[in-house]
Amino acid sequence: MEHLHYIFTGGTRTLARPADVVGVVGSGNLEVLIESIAQDGACSIAIDTAAVGFGAIWQAVMTDFHARWQLADARIAINDMGATPAVVSLRLDQAVETMLEDVKGTAP
Amino acid sequence: MTSYVEATARERLARLFDAGSFQEFLPPSSRVVSPHLGQLNAPVAFDDGVAVGRALLDNRPVFVAAQEGGFMGGAVGEVHGAKLVGMLRRAILDAPDAVVLLLETGGVRLHEANAGLIAVSEVMRAVLDVRAAGIPVIALVGGANGCFGGMGIVARCTNAVVMSEEGRLAMSGPEVIETASGVEEFDARDRALVWRTTGGKHRYLLGDCQALVADSIDAFRAAAITQIETIASPALTLAALEQEQALLAARLDDFGHVREPYDLWRALGVPDPEALPLLEADAFVELVDSHRLEAR
Repeated sequence: MEHLHYIFTGGTRTLARPADVVGVVGSGNLEVLIESIAQDGACSIAIDTAAVGFGAIWQAVMTDFHARWQLADARIAINDMGATPAVVSLRLDQAVETMLEDVKGTAP
Repeated sequence: MTSYVEATARERLARLFDAGSFQEFLPPSSRVVSPHLGQLNAPVAFDDGVAVGRALLDNRPVFVAAQEGGFMGGAVGEVHGAKLVGMLRRAILDAPDAVVLLLETGGVRLHEANAGLIAVSEVMRAVLDVRAAGIPVIALVGGANGCFGGMGIVARCTNAVVMSEEGRLAMSGPEVIETASGVEEFDARDRALVWRTTGGKHRYLLGDCQALVADSIDAFRAAAITQIETIASPALTLAALEQEQALLAARLDDFGHVREPYDLWRALGVPDPEALPLLEADAFVELVDSHRLEAR
């Protein structure tokens, strides 16, 4: 397992809902827990991945993600079991889109 | 129509119960994860592979759980089991109209060994306590991982089991049997054989499940509603246990020597048993209803 942590600042988009989770921790897949939490405008991303040694690729994928969404006051936690960069990007987009929907009563 | 087998646990919860009604206990944001997997350097899930909570089913308050087969095959670890037990115990206090368990699991999570075994036995006790409190418990089995091991026993501790053909229910899984007793005993790679010995249609014919539905979340929802409305007295009684014991003994006497499910179905009087695996759920139920063993 490898633990990676990124913090991005300068984002402007805040999330509509408190928290949600998308994806499943299965082979080639990952879960993304996304929370709307005040942290001086920063977007933090904590990753636990079973695939060790891919820090540079994670860095690139996360930088792209922040450039796409410009999230502020968002905390993201990822449990990964070897998802490809494309799957990671899709899951992150799915997580943000879920949080921007104004759906009431869905978990969690 | 949304496929049940293809959906995740959370998608099933969102679509099977009344829209927006699911309220989760210990959601992923609580981060109550397995204390064992981290020590083994294995990935954890923020919900430890199960979502539990309350919801509405056709406007009736129910307590619910859904196991995620995609995370370690839905296997039960210490936290996963404790969430199930906690939900069941809370149900006794809150007295909902029913408890609905969306089971998809290989049984005990081997990484957590004794803690997982104890957890499963606690789930069994809790299910029976819920029934003793007069609350019906319904198990839905339609996931790709089936329902095996101790959780297979849990399913049969409930008032009613609803299955799809895709769902499987048994104690030891096919690979376990093959490993322990040899490929001559059971060829786990023979998918047709696996499904006709453990799949929903066989279980329905033997009376091990009470309803057989198509692989659709709507069909499981409708069947769960029907079962809740049908169950008059959820608690176990000595008379019902003795009756079931007699039925199982008779079943073993009648069919214990049969090596092939087709032969068993033929012995039940089903016409053209080889055609059964190809039938849609409704046509299958209509054809076999007068032949199946009524276990309860």
